Amino acid sequence: MKGIGVSAGIAIGRAWVLRSKVRAGAVLPGDGVLPTDRVLPTDRVLPNDARPVEREIDLYRGAVEQAAASLERLMEQAGDAAEILGVQLELLYDPLWESEVIDRIRRRSPAREAVLGATEQVAGMFLEMEDAYMRERAADIRDMGNRLVRVLDGEAPDVSPGKGEWVVVAEELTPGDTIGLGDGVVGFVTQVGGATSHAAIVARLRGLPAVTGVSLGSVADGDSLVIDGETGVVLVNPSPAELEDYLFKQEAFSERRRLLATLKDREAVTLDGVRIELLANIGSAADMDVSLAQGAEGVGLLRTELLFMDRETLPTEEEQFQFYKRVLLRAAGRPVTIRTLDIGGDKPLPYLGLAPEANPFLGYRAIRICLEQPALFLTQLRAILRASIFGKCRIMFPMIGRVEELRQAKAFVALAQADLRAAGQPFDAAVPVGVMIEIPSAALTADVLAQEADFFSIGTNDLTQYVLAVDRMNEQIAGLYDPYHPAVLRLIREVIGQGHRQGIPVGMCGELAGDPQATELLLRMGLREFSMSAGSIPVVKEIILRSKTL
Amino acid sequence: MISKTYTILAPEGMHARPATAMVKLAKQFQSDIFLKYGEKSAKLNSLLAVLALGIKGGASIVVDIDGADEGGAATAFDTFFAANLKDW
Repeated sequence: MKGIGVSAGIAIGRAWVLRSKVRAGAVLPGDGVLPTDRVLPTDRVLPNDARPVEREIDLYRGAVEQAAASLERLMEQAGDAAEILGVQLELLYDPLWESEVIDRIRRRSPAREAVLGATEQVAGMFLEMEDAYMRERAADIRDMGNRLVRVLDGEAPDVSPGKGEWVVVAEELTPGDTIGLGDGVVGFVTQVGGATSHAAIVARLRGLPAVTGVSLGSVADGDSLVIDGETGVVLVNPSPAELEDYLFKQEAFSERRRLLATLKDREAVTLDGVRIELLANIGSAADMDVSLAQGAEGVGLLRTELLFMDRETLPTEEEQFQFYKRVLLRAAGRPVTIRTLDIGGDKPLPYLGLAPEANPFLGYRAIRICLEQPALFLTQLRAILRASIFGKCRIMFPMIGRVEELRQAKAFVALAQADLRAAGQPFDAAVPVGVMIEIPSAALTADVLAQEADFFSIGTNDLTQYVLAVDRMNEQIAGLYDPYHPAVLRLIREVIGQGHRQGIPVGMCGELAGDPQATELLLRMGLREFSMSAGSIPVVKEIILRSKTL
Repeated sequence: MISKTYTILAPEGMHARPATAMVKLAKQFQSDIFLKYGEKSAKLNSLLAVLALGIKGGASIVVDIDGADEGGAATAFDTFFAANLKDW
């Protein structure tokens, strides 16, 4: 069987099947979550001569107290995850939640059925929200429902498999489940939940392998299970040969993880003594912390689009300033390259009123928009410059295709500086201004651009699609998208060479920079600055340490 | 009544943890405290109601405080947003 690996590593153990009292939501392939159709006996009512309503309400309140007490106990052992449980504790006493349950009891539903009904109702409300994060809050609600129903059924609010090596099998794992499971757990397999579900987050926090998207209806308690949290492979009752194979993989994985962890604070220096800079690509201030934990020496690409998306109006200069300042402060003096707004037909901002285009990747986007909309561009540049005094920042323009565009963009920087000077606001006048090399025309005129840019950063994703005329979003031609095509590699070598001849630094911030198969090749082409997703840094560093530049 | 406007700076919007902290803060005061987001409004004693608003990153929210201790509550909210909001 094969699911989606959401937390890397190999787990080998016995199945421990967690049976949920409430029903999980169904997950569609991709990111869509659908509420399941409602067939629960939620409207079972008490006969008129049954236990009085007040008694059911007391039962319910007693269950809330017990569930809360068990949550508080869990929170003491939960460490980093305690805050997740704090959310649940608050929900248990939420007045809206309470009235959902009590109203049902007053309509003569027994406490247990009232909790089940309220759980379906409230979880359903979250499942209908458009934001993926909010849809996953339905799991918090079901977690609470589960805990309450277990108490009402006379069971302990939390369940744990006890000693041993157990792979927990569940339709869905809720945050409380995941935290309360204890030390006997070596991995998780669930049917529901994506990479951002609580179960996945907690699994990664605890360093336990996890696979989701697997239907394990046929697995029984005690079956032997192997799961691979990287490939998503799940084996039920594997053969001795398969088991042997995975024991070996498990050993290799732990060995590698130990090795990579020891590299975090080590400088990336090649065997022939060349110092290489390893930077992270980030989109938020929170990413900064994750990146530093992986050993990033700064940021080679700060995407600023997030700040502009999912909203009705442009962010103000002050909002942008606060964001850049926050990132620079967290970088604590390490270099941060801020890319100016990179949006267009494929990443539209409704409030900019951009018309749909037949060829958005060849259209009105990124710097092309900024140069036409001075107010938009100047606001961002002023915000970046104001933040520049809080760290070491560089400004990078995306989608530059000719030197005139670079000149215009630099003139805007000068204008923004003049504005700030006139307003008496401080900024760092020496902020380097560079070009993202991602259009073939820029790569082929790198010698000209290098005379007027302070640095280059090669964006290999767009460069590859433009050089090869292959739309990287089009699955039908996905096989043609190849950053190792000689045409792309020749251009990369050319850009690095031209930049260095003119004495400016050249980095790379596309996917290729984080691809361990490309590391040695890029070193030999002269690349000295690699920027990538933080998770790739240890792997690339390990290769650099045993490579030569010549 | 005191009205305060704040901006949610975190690009990912108002998450469950900060929302929980905000509801806990509101419960420390006797005043009626409401949170308004666009056309929608929620009483700040209910985490569920706050989450149901689905507040997005970069959005403006209004906190309306009405009651005997509204001055103290307003100061507390200012401090809360200044100290915490930047990371959310």
